[in-house]
Amino acid sequence: MDDFMIRALLAGLGVALIAGPLGSFVVWRRMAYFGDTLAHAALLGVALGFLLDFNANLGVIIVCLALAVALVALQQQRRLANDTLLGILSHSTLSLGLIVLALMETLRLDLMSYLFGDILAVNNLDIYWIWGTAILAIAVLIAIWRPLLAITVHEELAQVEGIPVTLVRLVLMLLIAIVIAVAMKVVGILLITSLLIIPAAAARSFARSPEQMAVLAAIIGCFAVTGGLFASLEWDLPAGPAIVVTAAIIFFMGPAWMQLNKPRQQKPD
Amino acid sequence: MSEKHPVLIQTDDICVNLQGKSILENVSIEVRKGEIVTLIGPNGAGKSTLVRVVLGLLKANSGRVKLTPKTRIGYMPQKLHIDPVLPLTVRRFLTLAQRCPEQRLKQVLTEVGADHLLDSPMQTLSGGETQRVLLARAMLREPDLLILDEPVQGVDVAGQDELYRLISQIRKRHGCGILMISHDLHLVMSATDRVLCLNRHVCCSGHPDTVRTDPSYVALFGKLPALMPYSHHHDHSHDAHGNIIEPEAGSNHSSCDHNPKDGGCNHG
Repeated sequence: MDDFMIRALLAGLGVALIAGPLGSFVVWRRMAYFGDTLAHAALLGVALGFLLDFNANLGVIIVCLALAVALVALQQQRRLANDTLLGILSHSTLSLGLIVLALMETLRLDLMSYLFGDILAVNNLDIYWIWGTAILAIAVLIAIWRPLLAITVHEELAQVEGIPVTLVRLVLMLLIAIVIAVAMKVVGILLITSLLIIPAAAARSFARSPEQMAVLAAIIGCFAVTGGLFASLEWDLPAGPAIVVTAAIIFFMGPAWMQLNKPRQQKPD
Repeated sequence: MSEKHPVLIQTDDICVNLQGKSILENVSIEVRKGEIVTLIGPNGAGKSTLVRVVLGLLKANSGRVKLTPKTRIGYMPQKLHIDPVLPLTVRRFLTLAQRCPEQRLKQVLTEVGADHLLDSPMQTLSGGETQRVLLARAMLREPDLLILDEPVQGVDVAGQDELYRLISQIRKRHGCGILMISHDLHLVMSATDRVLCLNRHVCCSGHPDTVRTDPSYVALFGKLPALMPYSHHHDHSHDAHGNIIEPEAGSNHSSCDHNPKDGGCNHG
């Protein structure tokens, strides 16, 4: 196997491992559009990172967090519905990012690689970033797992039972922002949410508990990354979209697989 | 009846304004150990708002909530919607806030009559079963004070009666204080020590029999049934107490502004 292929696999698997469990919460809490908005804003983060000459990953995280805070503040007003607010922020930040990038004349940036990912071009530093954040994010997620699940089921009940709701919710947003920042390399800004929600949704057919669903989502994500990369190599497909399509195929096959397996389990009796 | 029992929670002159609209005006209530206090009142009377203030979920604009130290609160929310995409059994639901030994889980579920549901997915429960599981989660905390927000919502009439009886048993067995919200005036009356009739301010309060004949109660529930979406309950009320709810009630007391009498009136 070629070096670039091994690097691509390592990067993709790292992202899949954290995107699965975190994506489960995105699905449970109906935050898919929120994830999309953060992802679109990430381009603005990249642009600001280049403009102010600091690390692009850091720029993305800062912009995502600022956006999350702005969103919470805007929600307090209750004048506009949530999805309207998200739509406004999502597309205005994306456009702003595109404009800032276009204004920087000295910079020659491959925009397509940010929009759709460039997993075949990741370097060793990218892989350290991805695995570092993946391990850190998984550790944090395990630490806040129980309270996070409690506020997902019923926020006020959890608050009465002594769970620091605001803090836990903020940590979740932080985690999503960080994962989006690193996952951008793999599937790009426009496809990140799919990596969060498709494996998690696919895992639902097989899971009997929240933990099972999270672990299965990580495994399905790994399958999607591997399958997508090899399909990309074999048939010369764009790698990011190939990964997403593979995940979608697993999602649609899940219920069918369950149906086929049911009678088989009953036969031995 | 319970003057000698210690006070668990007390609110002093709670006022709440939301978006410029006054929701609660000088509401003072107290709940003592071992007593069941029921909040009744029409839609928009501020019942849920008051409970949210008591629970610390909402900050009052003025007034104080005094919670006796070491009072553990068990809370049963009004609604529970768990998305089908979240695989969650009753067992997991009950242990979301804290771990709990198997034996204790079974004991509490048995007490609320839901022991057979331990491994059922939450989404498969009926309305009555959901309420029992919610009650079990509140009971798991071994509360001194149970706060129940419309505990019989989504339950048929026979089931409502059963649930109120269960709540009454829990009070007897554990000696906890109970503060609950109810829409239903009749079933709840029998299971209550004290009724607080709320319509932004406390209209009247006292023993169910006292409140039932209180002019401000009659003004609120006897005169306006047609305006309330749950009017069928009130139609029923007219049948049962038609001789009490007479026109004279409305003419004098339509604004709830009357002189305290029977010792049961408590104006803010």
